Amino acid sequence: MNEVAAKNSETSAVRRFLINLRETPSRFYHTMFRSGKPESDRTRSTFIFGNVFLHLHSTRVHRWTLKWTTTWRLGIAALSSFLLTLITGVLLMFYYKPYPDVAYDSIKDIHFVVPTGRFIRNIHRWAANVMVVVVILHMVRVFYTAAYRRFREFNWVIGMLLLAVTLGLSFTGYLLPWDQLAYWAITIGANIAQSPREVTDALGITKYIDIGGLQKLILLGSEDVGEEALIRFYLLHVMILPLTLTLLVAVHFWRIRKDGGLVRPIDADLRLKPEPGLYPVFTQEPKKTYSLGAIVRGKTPQINQGPENTLPAMPHLMYAEGAVLMLAIFICVLLALFFDAPLKELANPGVPENPAKAPWYFLGLQELVSHSAFMGGMGIPAIVLLGIALIPYLDRESDGTGEWFGGPGGKMLVLRSALFGLGVVIAIEAFTIHYGWIRQWWPKAPQLLITAINPGTLLTLFYALYSLWLVRKYDSTRAGALGLFTCFLAGFIVLTVIGSYFRGPNWDFYWSPSQWPGH
Amino acid sequence: MTTQPKTIEQVKRSRLDPEPIPRRDFLGLAALWSAASTLLFATVGMLRLPKAAVLPSPSKKFRVVLPESLALHQPFIPPGRSVGLFKAETGVYAVSIVCTHLGCIVKSSASGFDCPCHGSRFSQDGSVLRGPAPKALPRLAVNRMCDHEFIVDEGEIIEASEAMA
Repeated sequence: MNEVAAKNSETSAVRRFLINLRETPSRFYHTMFRSGKPESDRTRSTFIFGNVFLHLHSTRVHRWTLKWTTTWRLGIAALSSFLLTLITGVLLMFYYKPYPDVAYDSIKDIHFVVPTGRFIRNIHRWAANVMVVVVILHMVRVFYTAAYRRFREFNWVIGMLLLAVTLGLSFTGYLLPWDQLAYWAITIGANIAQSPREVTDALGITKYIDIGGLQKLILLGSEDVGEEALIRFYLLHVMILPLTLTLLVAVHFWRIRKDGGLVRPIDADLRLKPEPGLYPVFTQEPKKTYSLGAIVRGKTPQINQGPENTLPAMPHLMYAEGAVLMLAIFICVLLALFFDAPLKELANPGVPENPAKAPWYFLGLQELVSHSAFMGGMGIPAIVLLGIALIPYLDRESDGTGEWFGGPGGKMLVLRSALFGLGVVIAIEAFTIHYGWIRQWWPKAPQLLITAINPGTLLTLFYALYSLWLVRKYDSTRAGALGLFTCFLAGFIVLTVIGSYFRGPNWDFYWSPSQWPGH
Repeated sequence: MTTQPKTIEQVKRSRLDPEPIPRRDFLGLAALWSAASTLLFATVGMLRLPKAAVLPSPSKKFRVVLPESLALHQPFIPPGRSVGLFKAETGVYAVSIVCTHLGCIVKSSASGFDCPCHGSRFSQDGSVLRGPAPKALPRLAVNRMCDHEFIVDEGEIIEASEAMA
């Protein structure tokens, strides 16, 4: 008879029941956390891999990954702001009604009547804006540290999709209040979807193939902007896009894990100074090596190098991630306290605002669209997204992986590309603003000519040619990629700034809003 | 000691079993392809759903009374409608004031119509003067009821030459 059984036989079942009842809280805690408090290295590891939410982390992280300059923690910042929009968004769904007659009033209720409604709405709006900024910065970081290289190419493509879904969420989000901004954004968005007609009309084949018309019809569910359109965009905003984003994020993270964690230079171990004895948890001396052949990619510990130039993810990585989450919450809450989310006048199908401006992240696009609906709204964005998505497949060099700008020469190249990118976009825009474009010179010019040759297409062409020239000059695909990406970035920034600050009524150029004509 | 991988026994073919593909493989592939095609057709079927067979669009015909004081070639825009009505020497014509670029409502100005969204500019008769708009503002069908009363159909675009009522 073993000890427990012996003990059991001494006490009555009723007494055992009472003892068990008393011990239930602590037993419950132990069964929930199984391995106990993370106090030893072993329990720290089980803390990570025994937890369904944390197990995407490796139990130990390379010290290079933990440096702030490796990532600036931008991926985690993007996730944090997404979580904030997710939680606040669900809260807003308690009161929001997706129907044209009442949508505007329900937002007003949330803003003025519902307890903390205004605060929650402000956080939702600011977290969404922070998310757009951080996702773009994250992409910039990944690009300039060449983290898209071998094994990670597809994850770069997933990242592109995540950027697109993020912008889609933002777009569908600001449509929901059914104010002037929302109504005219839906109208313009739906007509951009219809813009292939610009080409099919000019070719005279719209009767046979009307891709544009079909796209608009599917988006709006009707020929006009109305209740069907609002419900479709609501469905996209609260179901389809968030689920897509969650799925893509899961794949994104899982692949990082399977590709051996974050990218680092090949000689990262040599470049790191020895750890100053903070966590000598496992000794740094090489005692044994092992391999997980055929399953885990990347470096396995090597002979004569400390097998472990790593630290336990709990607490090092976990605490850093917690800090980023706290910072994201702090920034969003602070902005939400001082700056209210805007709500314009009730949608008026008869009169658009003048100027009718999109939120800042689409103003570059609006500038392009003001040259041609089809090329600006669909053609050029598609070319840019495709160009950026193809970068890891076209640049397959390996020098400078994991280093900012790929080493010493890169910084200069990026600087020069930035100057070229800025110069070209400013020159083309200045020319257009000062001299106009084809239609002003020859009002009878055929539409196909204007669709094909407009400031936006010329800009894209110049950037592509410059990038090809770099590939030839430096005999390096990485140089071309650096040039192309830097140019796109410069173009995006300049077009956004022009759209934001220098466009006034009728999308005319003004040096300052104080010069806008009165109504 | 090394072990040799087992070789798969050669299938003896008979007249009753002439197929080059083994039965189990055939069944497996058949199951696979039927599953794939079922999913494909189900997806196509589901994609059909968002495009309604009947669109919830109300009639776009409306009746309008022109003010007697309306000057020649001055636009009259009925409230709540996106149509400009003009008196000309020979009659009355209607011009859509929905921008052909991306659907904003244009505003009448000294030179004709200006679009507030992307800077397209149209002349009084609707032709494009400036900007990205690919087509002229279309003429809409108008019918005269009596002296100052007209029926306009926003849904019916007609040629400029036959646009008087």
